[in-house]
Amino acid sequence: MAKQIVKALDGAAAVAEAMRQIDPDVVAAYPITPQTAIVQTFSQFVADGLVGTEFIPVESEHAAMSACVGAAAAGGRVMTATAANGLALMWEVVYIAASMRLPIVMSVVNRALSAPLNIHCDHSDSMGARDSGWIQIFSENPQEAYDNTIQAIRIAEHPDVLLPVMSMQDGFITGHGVERVEVLEDQAVKDFIGEYTPKYSLLDIDNPKTFGAWAFYDYYFEFKRQQTEALSKVPKVVEEVGQEYGKLTGRYYGLFDPFEMDDAEIAIVVLSSAAGTARTVVRKLRKEGVKIGLLKPRLYRPFPGKEIVELLKDVKVVGVMDRSIAFGSIEGCGPLYLDICASFFTYGNGKAPKVVDYIFGLGGRDILPEQIEGMVRELIHIAETGEVKQVVGYLGLR
Amino acid sequence: MGELIEIRWHGRGGQGVVTAGEILAEAAMEEGKYFQAFPDYGPERMGAPIRAYTRISDSPIEIHSQITSPDIVIVVDPTLIGLVNVAEGIKEGGVILLNTPASPQEMRQKLGLAGKGVKVFTIDASEIAMKHLGRNIPNTPMLGALIKATNLVSLESVIRLTEERLGAKLREEAVKANIAALKEAYEKVQEG
Repeated sequence: MAKQIVKALDGAAAVAEAMRQIDPDVVAAYPITPQTAIVQTFSQFVADGLVGTEFIPVESEHAAMSACVGAAAAGGRVMTATAANGLALMWEVVYIAASMRLPIVMSVVNRALSAPLNIHCDHSDSMGARDSGWIQIFSENPQEAYDNTIQAIRIAEHPDVLLPVMSMQDGFITGHGVERVEVLEDQAVKDFIGEYTPKYSLLDIDNPKTFGAWAFYDYYFEFKRQQTEALSKVPKVVEEVGQEYGKLTGRYYGLFDPFEMDDAEIAIVVLSSAAGTARTVVRKLRKEGVKIGLLKPRLYRPFPGKEIVELLKDVKVVGVMDRSIAFGSIEGCGPLYLDICASFFTYGNGKAPKVVDYIFGLGGRDILPEQIEGMVRELIHIAETGEVKQVVGYLGLR
Repeated sequence: MGELIEIRWHGRGGQGVVTAGEILAEAAMEEGKYFQAFPDYGPERMGAPIRAYTRISDSPIEIHSQITSPDIVIVVDPTLIGLVNVAEGIKEGGVILLNTPASPQEMRQKLGLAGKGVKVFTIDASEIAMKHLGRNIPNTPMLGALIKATNLVSLESVIRLTEERLGAKLREEAVKANIAALKEAYEKVQEG
């Protein structure tokens, strides 16, 4: 295992530290709370000459992603960061980055979308981009935010993939929360990510290629089919990179992180920092004899539905916790619930546990262990009676 | 106290509350412990009441909720007493440390903690800050008082980290004055 240094870093500083070690060719970004700490810290690294990065301070997030697309098409290793309304403003170009197969890595510090104006955490920003063709990875704490930023480079640039990656963490909760983070030495990160040699480059004037081509009903469809094909290659690459990273650091990563799932009759499924809180509840209830487990998805896009069904197929009840609402979806549920249900319909061989959804934490509303315990009591009742009173519940709603 | 120590800080924007929480967390890190330090961000502005939280544990900390039943409460700004329920949720056997010229006995009465198993400590950190710094920034004396009251981390590591942290921003005399304030509060904190 490689030598590591223990530091006290908040999630934003941990990502900035990873970016310093990655030393990308180009970073184009616009500040927005709670992501600002990343761009501010990284631009200081640029000013201090600690990286060779060309930093492009742009006039908006739309321009940020546009500059990233240009730089990545030119063959650069390109990174950016945003949150909430910044991601929303990028919208048009977010889709372009994915469909041009540009391996850009973007850190998203999850924050609620307006209105009302709110700077705190929920997942409505990145969930809105779940159909954009980007790979999406969620982190529980600053350590995972650091680790996932480094792995994202390898995943994005893998020749079977060549897709952009969004690496998420929870705004303020981990983004501004200082925790213990083990950091690799610079050279170990450089060796792990390697040199990036683009397959095609705008600047390769001896081999001119067309980027951002025109395609109507003749070839547009085939482009889209190829994007889906590329996404289908992602889970294997994510697992391989996660194993290799584990050998280096002792921290192994897969598609998801199961806890106490072996004989579980009740399962909680939740992303990011709330998974840590839920794990403390599972530990407590296990001591009381409740057969409960936790599944924390890490890779959210592409959604590893088949593997998740394999893990959840023997439980009686699944309680999904969603930190956003997929407005207008059945019963006003969240996106994670939709994915879990669709996975069972597709891969469950006609069998599925009861699956219910709990919306929580919108706009930064705190989620407490007692609230999760209350949810589990309802799940136990469903397991015992088979009766679902409501498909979608709310935790911590006034 | 159990393995996981949960601390809630009450202060006002500009008093260095968040910095103090982070210095404490870094001291815990140097002693091989796990920690979290996070503020409760509202619309931040100078003088607004703020809360910050610190967790310290011998094992990894997984919970990411705010702290509702703290082991330790630290009130950096005395004008918050009576305005904010600073003793809210404090655990039986817990500690409350207040920046006030009042005695621990007076504060115990005032906070409705009479007869409760909560240790009350007081220190006039503002007076100490005014004496050494010429400004009412009581975070460093409060750190000194906290170490004496709870023995959470060693005085030496907090002094060194405070020097490092403040040294990055302040002149040498100002750093020295902060350390003097920290030490004086360490000596003068009262329990009752």
